[in-house]
Amino acid sequence: MKYIIAIIQPDRMEEVLARLEEKEIHLVTVTNVMGRGRQKGIAEVYRSHKEAGTLLKKIKLEIAVNDAYVKPTLDAIIGGGRTGQVGDGKIFVLNLEEVVRIRTGETGGPAIG
Amino acid sequence: MKMTRYWKLALALATSAMVAGSALAQAPAATDTPTAAVVAAPAVAATNAPAATPPPTPPTAKDVNSGDNAWVLISTALVLLMTIPALAFFYGGLVRRKNVLSVLMKCFILACVISLQWVLFGYSLSFGPDLKGFIGSLDWFGLKNVSMDTPHWDAALATSYAGTIPHQSFMIFQMMFAVITPALIIGAFAERMKFAAFLTFAILWTTLVYDPVAHWVWGKGGFLGAMGALDFAGGTVVHINAGIAALVTALVLGKRIGYPDRMSPPHNLPFAVLGAGLLWVGWFGFNAGSALGAGGLATGAFVVTHVATAAAGLTWAVMDWFFNKRPTVLGVISGAVAGLVAITPAAGFVTAMGAIGIGVGAGILPWIFVSIIKPKLGYDDTLDAFGVHGVGGTWGAIATGLWATKAVNSAGADGLFYGNPAQLLIQLKAVGITLVYSLVVSFALLKLVDFVMGLRAEPQAEKIGLDLSDHRETGYTVLD
Repeated sequence: MKYIIAIIQPDRMEEVLARLEEKEIHLVTVTNVMGRGRQKGIAEVYRSHKEAGTLLKKIKLEIAVNDAYVKPTLDAIIGGGRTGQVGDGKIFVLNLEEVVRIRTGETGGPAIG
Repeated sequence: MKMTRYWKLALALATSAMVAGSALAQAPAATDTPTAAVVAAPAVAATNAPAATPPPTPPTAKDVNSGDNAWVLISTALVLLMTIPALAFFYGGLVRRKNVLSVLMKCFILACVISLQWVLFGYSLSFGPDLKGFIGSLDWFGLKNVSMDTPHWDAALATSYAGTIPHQSFMIFQMMFAVITPALIIGAFAERMKFAAFLTFAILWTTLVYDPVAHWVWGKGGFLGAMGALDFAGGTVVHINAGIAALVTALVLGKRIGYPDRMSPPHNLPFAVLGAGLLWVGWFGFNAGSALGAGGLATGAFVVTHVATAAAGLTWAVMDWFFNKRPTVLGVISGAVAGLVAITPAAGFVTAMGAIGIGVGAGILPWIFVSIIKPKLGYDDTLDAFGVHGVGGTWGAIATGLWATKAVNSAGADGLFYGNPAQLLIQLKAVGITLVYSLVVSFALLKLVDFVMGLRAEPQAEKIGLDLSDHRETGYTVLD
């Protein structure tokens, strides 16, 4: 089991979710986040005072998958999220120790889907 | 890209052309001398003016004009709107989210506290029977002798503040001015002054600074009005007065923790836009209502108020565009507020062309002050209460001495551009006296309150935010 965390551009979210849906990956948690990478942020100006704006709005996706679904998930996120510009984001794949479905008490692989 | 550059240049040129044009001080399009209104309301317009034919006998309840009274009562409500919610949201949107309630609360509580101060003794100190030109007596304590039916009448001077509206209408209209003036100062010490200290200071300041200065300029027998200073709706009394107090407060309290490098931007600019828009609307009550009647003078004040505000908002946006590469939202609303401030003393005395000149100046001078001078001086006036109200108000008072013309208001005076340089000197003198008095007394009051209870919130309270530390509430929940 893997835990996949992806940071993507906010305007790519709909496309990424649609592609995940196509591959029957329904489980996903979405959060609004601020972050920065190599492209830096946009400095804001208030009454001529520049605020050192080094953060940009991003979307964070969190998806837990069984091993067989890791490749399709990565394909979906890359396919939907890539624009070719700096700032498209990153995907982190983590090992996942355990999953428990609260309603039934199921654990492991069956609890994910 | 080059095209945009030319665009900006063209806009800037057009704006400066407008200044030049208005500097010519053309005769007003329609020299509609507002006879009726002036006779009805010589009061605030120009207390000094060799009384525009005072009614020979005291006005009675029969002299109350329902149109005039309706307009003044509506204007009163409009001026209250300027404090709550307009100024509250203008300021509230500009602070960090942890302090939004503390700002709204300060504005709201002033509407409560100063209103009571006013009916108890504030009105009497400001407008009551004169004591040596300096202050009103306490003869009208608790609104004693302030009639609900008949207009005001000063038997000694054989004159009235407003001969066609009940005395209490005049009283409550003026009350809203007393409410908004200390509220303007909030911008300077936002995010770091203790609530109890603020409340104590606001009551003392209104009583010992606002009330006397209002008497000097507007009270029957007040010495600045007698000197011939023109202040139609409160440029000196309200804006310079509050602006100077704001500067003193910012200096005495010191900078916020983290200023200037680690400050977050305004937490909700749409609130600030909402507030500025409502300020613009409410200001029609402030300026056109100061005609104290529903005649031509009110119309004239209404028109120039609008024109100056439009010119100032545009000018500030163009300044931003030109010098900071982008026209900013905070810029256009700051400019509009500066324009409203600057036209306030001039509203009943200038033509629409004069108003454009005043508005353009209000877009340029406070901009320069806030953008260039303030960062160099390094003090922390949180929301630029001094930069906008102090600088804009001073510009307005001086500009009144430039563009005022008797063609607009026979009870007023001619300014420099109409061949009377002496008026400019009178204006400068009035500004100087108000400035020194407000500075000295505000400083003394702050030191007193600091000695008794401490002005500044604890560092921990400031970091947590005043919403939680002063009021045990938060403006926004994170969870449901």
